[in-house]
Amino acid sequence: MSDAVGRGPVQLFVTCIVDVFYPDVGRAVVRVLEGRGFTVEFPEDQTCCGQPAFNTGHRGEAHSMAEHTIRVLDATNGPIVVPSGSCTAMIVDHYEDLFSDSPDLFAAGHRVASRVHEFTQFLVDEIGLDGIESAMTGTTTFHPSCHGLRHLGLGGYGEAVLDGAGIERCDLAGADECCGFGGLFALEMPEVSASIMDVKLDNVTATGADTLVGYDMSCLMHLSGGLRRRGSEIEVRHIAQVIAPEDDE
Amino acid sequence: MSDQAATFLERANQDVNTPKAAAVAAGARLLTTKRAAAVAAYPAMDIMRDRARAIRLHALTNLDRYLDQFADAVETVGGRVFFAATATEANDYIRRVAADTDAGLIVKSKSMVTEEIEVNNALERDGRTVVETDLGEFIVQLADDRPSHIVAPVLHTTRQEVGDLFAAELGVDYTDVPTELNQIARSYLRERFLRADIGISGVNFAVASTGSVAIVTNEGNGRLSTTAPRVHIAVMGMERIVPTPEDLEVMLEVLGRSATGQSLTTYTNIVTGPRRPDDPDGPDELHVVILDNGRTDVLGSEVAEVLACIRCGACLNVCPVYRSVGGHAWGDVYSGPLGSVLSPALFGLEGREELPYACTLCGACLEVCPPRIDLPRMLVETRNQVVEEGGGFGWLNPAMSAYRLAATKPAAWKSAIGAASAGGRVSGNGWFSRLPGPGGAWTSGRELPAPARVSFRKWWRQRDGS
Repeated sequence: MSDAVGRGPVQLFVTCIVDVFYPDVGRAVVRVLEGRGFTVEFPEDQTCCGQPAFNTGHRGEAHSMAEHTIRVLDATNGPIVVPSGSCTAMIVDHYEDLFSDSPDLFAAGHRVASRVHEFTQFLVDEIGLDGIESAMTGTTTFHPSCHGLRHLGLGGYGEAVLDGAGIERCDLAGADECCGFGGLFALEMPEVSASIMDVKLDNVTATGADTLVGYDMSCLMHLSGGLRRRGSEIEVRHIAQVIAPEDDE
Repeated sequence: MSDQAATFLERANQDVNTPKAAAVAAGARLLTTKRAAAVAAYPAMDIMRDRARAIRLHALTNLDRYLDQFADAVETVGGRVFFAATATEANDYIRRVAADTDAGLIVKSKSMVTEEIEVNNALERDGRTVVETDLGEFIVQLADDRPSHIVAPVLHTTRQEVGDLFAAELGVDYTDVPTELNQIARSYLRERFLRADIGISGVNFAVASTGSVAIVTNEGNGRLSTTAPRVHIAVMGMERIVPTPEDLEVMLEVLGRSATGQSLTTYTNIVTGPRRPDDPDGPDELHVVILDNGRTDVLGSEVAEVLACIRCGACLNVCPVYRSVGGHAWGDVYSGPLGSVLSPALFGLEGREELPYACTLCGACLEVCPPRIDLPRMLVETRNQVVEEGGGFGWLNPAMSAYRLAATKPAAWKSAIGAASAGGRVSGNGWFSRLPGPGGAWTSGRELPAPARVSFRKWWRQRDGS
């Protein structure tokens, strides 16, 4: 383990989808970080980063939500870990721009953006993969979600984590292609979204893997729903769930 | 076009999951693969893309100056220049030239800007015959179809369909062998080239310092269209300018690779003025029509950078939405992520409100764009504009207002999450297969997991308290 970050507090920005739909993912992130000696804190006033509003052109709403998130997170200390590439990208790419007209919020947005790490990014860049392990059996394949891949430059990160933990992994054809989720796109243009999803699911199925792993539960919620509609038995997991120590609670 | 549905979504839903969409997807994937191979074989590509971006942005920033320089240079070498503020002005000028030439037959090489102004219709109304000479455009014209891709107009058409079309329209025996289809078109078109009075071309790049127009094709039809007839009319969007021949070199390095995976397009035709007295061939007259048609307004807008586009089509080829529905769904000549930004900016947002939403913001377009145009940013900008003008998806506006209220008040947010957890309990098996309202859009194509019975924050609170 590297000592670059020390073992102080880490703030968990859990994201709406994990909070509501996938608390097990949040718990897995907590176990991974605590297993590495960090103290995890969860600022309970956190809500939504504002990405759905920003991406649909509702700039005023995005502004309010970003401001709330900045105030909540800026009042904390230490790195902020987010189990989502797209929520991280929202903060890193847009929080400064959104407040270019208000110096205080711009500065606070900059401070928050500088502390934010997507979970896999934190693991690989800040903690290191030494000693990483998994109790998982069976084969996996990895879907790198677009915002993590293209906005955060996470190409190869998830794969490195799986390989480092000794998990069998099949290469996914067209891995860098969008899964068709696209946030509210999935509701605005459902037929088109499902058609794009079908290409991804065909590629996932063709790997023969038992489990599809990713770092964005939003894309994975869409893909798991598609797999279930097909009657597929392929499991879907966030990468933290694959490498987290056993849950002893 | 009479069967055209009213909105992007209606057109997209007509075409999605059809053989036509599958043909587009296959073609777009092939072009993407070819581009990737060409880029991998050319280590300078990244640097050339940076240079291409710098050149295009410089030209746009100084467009007035370079357009003046270009127009002067064209006139110095014996050409004539016409600045058209609108499509109608451009068409009227071209119609006048056709009348002065007493032109019966006009040949055209492929040009998106002439699709934009619909010059064929204008000339045909005057009783003139216009023949498209790019193979793809020729097929589109024979079939009374529309191009579905800015580089490969018949990406949506199978060779069997072309075989049927040629047999029906050209009186030849059916064949679906590509080389034979090519030969049929070649024989037909060769005779037209020789008889035509006017050749109309587009302009890939206009070189300000020399007054040259560069036209790239893979079929040689650009060269024939611009040299065989006695009058050549070149039509260009006013943003096609590059300052010098050295700049043109950079653009050509990135264009062919990005468009078709070629290190250089097969024919690069650089036209500088009409035929000179000692030239063996070439037209007696060269007219260059420089079209504004909304471009000046775009230059002053949040999406000005879209005018740096060099029409390679790489962004269409990688776009998951384009691959899924094909280009016709856009309803304009410009499709894909480029079209979703450019068409509302050029032609107005009305009736095009759905276009910027035809995108998952995956960012693949930015990754391949030669001048690195930030299309995802501009798609969001265009969405902002849709929302500001009160458009967009009806259910989304109230939903976002409510979302803001909850997300800025932690107590309300906590209650909402508690309500979601309670709602999840009615699902029984942990999944919803059929939901009402906007949720029904989700469950139309996939199951929705039920919200967890214990949210993360509730678990955290219990754990913290234990």
